[in-house]
Amino acid sequence: MSAGVAHTRAEIFEILDAVKDPEVPVLSVVELGVVRDVEIDAHGVTVVITPTYSGCPAMKVIEDDIVAALHEHGIPQVTVRTTYSPAWTTDWMSDEAKRKLEAYGIAPPGAVARDDELVPLRRRGAPIRCPYCHSTNTRIESEFGSTACKAICYCADCRQPFELFKAM
Amino acid sequence: MTAPSTRTSDAFVEYLLRLGDDRLVLGHRLSEWCGHAPILEEDIALANIALDLVGQGTMLLKLAGETESKGRSEDALAYFRDTVDYRNALICELPKGDFGVTIVRQFLVSVFSVLQWERLASSVNEQLAGIAAKALKECRYHVRHAGEWVIMLGDGTEESHVRAQTALDDLWRFTGELFLADDVDRSVAKEGLGVDPSQLETAWRSQVADVVRRATLTMPGDVYMQRGGREGRHTEHLGHMLAEMQIVARSHPGASW
Repeated sequence: MSAGVAHTRAEIFEILDAVKDPEVPVLSVVELGVVRDVEIDAHGVTVVITPTYSGCPAMKVIEDDIVAALHEHGIPQVTVRTTYSPAWTTDWMSDEAKRKLEAYGIAPPGAVARDDELVPLRRRGAPIRCPYCHSTNTRIESEFGSTACKAICYCADCRQPFELFKAM
Repeated sequence: MTAPSTRTSDAFVEYLLRLGDDRLVLGHRLSEWCGHAPILEEDIALANIALDLVGQGTMLLKLAGETESKGRSEDALAYFRDTVDYRNALICELPKGDFGVTIVRQFLVSVFSVLQWERLASSVNEQLAGIAAKALKECRYHVRHAGEWVIMLGDGTEESHVRAQTALDDLWRFTGELFLADDVDRSVAKEGLGVDPSQLETAWRSQVADVVRRATLTMPGDVYMQRGGREGRHTEHLGHMLAEMQIVARSHPGASW
């Protein structure tokens, strides 16, 4: 096999768009904003990723899945590099991705609050819409849920507990 | 100056170990609640916060190892250093105590961490700045979680009030160490790599006092402040904690899982 990569950058992004987040399988690692860049040179492909949360245990799986997906498409030389800067934010998520999340039963993140207060002790921001009945008569039960990126909410109208993808 | 002097580089490694060990040790202590917290939501919350802290510790120790350039990975630093080599503040290693102790400690340390990360986000070391920007977002969630609990416990039942106040009084003598600055801190602060912790005390105190007041608790008076963690002089508790944390890695060196 020749050392060169036959795929364009856009094609590689397309392949990566099929790699789903293991914890939120409705979103791809591209939609989630985990994939930051793709570099192609004579030696192969380097995929630059950034972790969602510092301790996110899914990162290793995501790395392996990226390598496997590119191998499957005939790209043998794959390097995954991690960058911390700029820090991952849910603001990178497209409206389309947010619609997918809601349809999947996870309330999408609101805009990240930019307040100057040192640390606000009360939650603020737009009310959270229940992904099942769309009522905003909801409350946050806990800001920490089944994965680092989710909070636990409760809808007082349809009485359904649901998860919220936290603004970060 | 073209390249940082060896001394600056040594100080920076030492500084990163302090930052990393604080997170790793506190994260491990917090993980001891997994499966034992008073309610399910808290069990999940404490485990999540522990995960954030261990993750932050991992990134910091990795950077420490790379800066040191002696081939020590983050795992080597976490599992194959002994008590005397750990550089965490004593408050992080104290046993988890009851829920009140855990929450009050979490609050005191998280407020300090937010102040630290805010400044470290503009460190001249790009990697540390990146880690800080990310960790800052996480720690704001941690402060809010612990802060709300301090208020609920302090302004809750008679029992929860007493326990929260006792925790605050008992932990207070371990807070002074967080703000002690030595040559390492001053050197990294001067280079724009790190922050001099003594400059954070006023902001920390005012924020802690605000929540303590809202929690109907009383700020402790001046007491003798314990110290030693930054120089490797630890309480008897750290050795026991490390024994548990390190046993698998030490029994099976080189194993992967």
